[in-house]
Amino acid sequence: MATEVTAPADTGGRELSETIRVLVPEPNIRQDLRAAAIVWRRELIRFRSDRLRVITGLIQPVLFLFVLGTGLSALASHGLPAGVDFKTFIYPGVLAMSVLFTAIFSAASIVWDREFGFLREMLVAPVSRAALVVGKCLGGATVATFQGIVFLILAGFAHVPYNPVLMLTLIGELLLLSFTLTAFGVMMAARIKQIQAFMALTQMLVMPLFFLSGALYPLTGLPAWLAVLTRFDPLTYIVDPMRQAVFSHLNLNPVAVHQLAPGITWAGWLVPVWLSLAIVAAMGLGMLMVAIIEFRKTE
Amino acid sequence: MTAKPTAGAPPARAGDTDRPGGASPDGQPAVQVSRLTKRYGEIEAVRGIDFEVRSGETFGFLGPNGAGKSTTIKILCTLAIPTSGSATVAGYDVTRDRDTVRRNIGLVFQDTTLDTYLTGAQNLEFHADLYAVPKKAVAPRMHQVLEMVGLWDRRNSLVSTYSGGMQRRLEIARGLLHAPRVLFLDEPTVGLDPQTRSSIWEYINDLKRREDITIFLTTHYMDEAENCDRIAIIDHGKIVAIDTPEALKASVGEDRVQIQTADDPAAIEALATNFGLGAAMHDGAVTFSVPSGEQFVPRLFAELAVPIQSVSVSRPSLDDVFMSYTGKTIRDAEASGTDRMRTMVNAWRRRG
Repeated sequence: MATEVTAPADTGGRELSETIRVLVPEPNIRQDLRAAAIVWRRELIRFRSDRLRVITGLIQPVLFLFVLGTGLSALASHGLPAGVDFKTFIYPGVLAMSVLFTAIFSAASIVWDREFGFLREMLVAPVSRAALVVGKCLGGATVATFQGIVFLILAGFAHVPYNPVLMLTLIGELLLLSFTLTAFGVMMAARIKQIQAFMALTQMLVMPLFFLSGALYPLTGLPAWLAVLTRFDPLTYIVDPMRQAVFSHLNLNPVAVHQLAPGITWAGWLVPVWLSLAIVAAMGLGMLMVAIIEFRKTE
Repeated sequence: MTAKPTAGAPPARAGDTDRPGGASPDGQPAVQVSRLTKRYGEIEAVRGIDFEVRSGETFGFLGPNGAGKSTTIKILCTLAIPTSGSATVAGYDVTRDRDTVRRNIGLVFQDTTLDTYLTGAQNLEFHADLYAVPKKAVAPRMHQVLEMVGLWDRRNSLVSTYSGGMQRRLEIARGLLHAPRVLFLDEPTVGLDPQTRSSIWEYINDLKRREDITIFLTTHYMDEAENCDRIAIIDHGKIVAIDTPEALKASVGEDRVQIQTADDPAAIEALATNFGLGAAMHDGAVTFSVPSGEQFVPRLFAELAVPIQSVSVSRPSLDDVFMSYTGKTIRDAEASGTDRMRTMVNAWRRRG
């Protein structure tokens, strides 16, 4: 390695003293936006440089859709209206799953950053912690949504039509879900300092969340205990709107649609789709606030 | 924000080579700490310290691990809140004007804080955006700091491909990117090999020539502390001594002289009778202390009757200083073979 110092040339000297004066401005909203934007961009740069992650992120949903979906289809066909593939039925739930891990792994990088010190570089900067947390959550949301879109390309294999309105609806819902999941992860990462602990905890939470969300079965006709649990699972409130979106774009009679995507009910009251989405958004924002408060703390 | 009267105004730059000890350019200390304490539960990491760092000075905090160096630097960098007492950096209070302090300081931490998945340039861009470096200034300033640390040609390589020394240099460049008034270096060369360490110091010394900046560093390497204009020796959360390295060494006093002679007992005898010196055998050599070694040696040759085979004179090192103030050597100083000072110190330890 070169140990020689680049000569402080006489010409350079003048030039140097000219550019040396960098006046860092007072904090303001524009500065915070700029900080949030770079935190967001870093998430994208890192995702882009890690192509393997896109592939590994696809493995699990592909297994669920094609292996579990195909394997169970003969059995499940008895309960499904004629012409409806079991793969079509589980597609929305598996789509939600495709962003689950990516979003949480994105948040996990905070724990990683803490371990490798980069978090400190962010935390000592003269920007609000809110800007950093928002940037991080939006970055995770973007990356996870992209992962979801890759899985969305496979929609045809599950007989889900590539209808532009449907696609846009699903992408919007994926974005909302990804944001909430990243906010959840970031909130956890504020407290959990070890990557192993973080991974163990999220693994422990993610599978129950997925299984209780009605991703793999309809929400009607469940035993009471399971019905109650599904209503407490936040994922339920995003899987159902996604399923309703998919089934409203299939050529099915209303009875069949109702059977497959009956909607979420609270003691018999049908929760409208907008409220369902609002619940998810409110949870995301709530967790975002908690994360900001956590990161504001100083030793 | 109005331009602060930083010391970089053209007329003031004439004073580039001024040694500190002269008046600071704008009269305001770069760092001022008074009666600072920090307690973590039962443990009192910092126990009431006071000091001032003049503008433009290179100030070193010397002490073993766990002495309170890192805690102090954390407080000064607004990463920890003091339990009591106060501190200002660049004229701003570290608890009340946290963001202003942050905008005026550059930080190089003990552990790397780079994103190794990004390129060198991307790391700097990230920093520029976080510190809101004016967009027009980003490119020229980036060029400047990367040139300064000799990494301009490697700017588009991933940081994960950099060596340890390159990473540290990139961190220094990043710490300087927003032209801070005070640069904090927490153990800047820890974990680097001796050659890389000395190259890092070349960059730091070059930086002192080029930029009008105050450098505050912590270290537990004695030889590194020699590079500072002033040193504070800290132990168990308290400052035990604070002065220039020369003055600190002078306060310990005497040089050590070791001679090998044809007849050692006779030499010891002669030293006692002719010079009034109490000499003793250490490491197989006649060892004694005198105020000024070089001046004494000619007299020794002229006046000592016993033939002398070899002479070595060693100045008090900062290790001796540390020992005389704290009663022990820096515990965890790692020995490194090529380091002359270190070998000397080790020899001294063996003797003791």
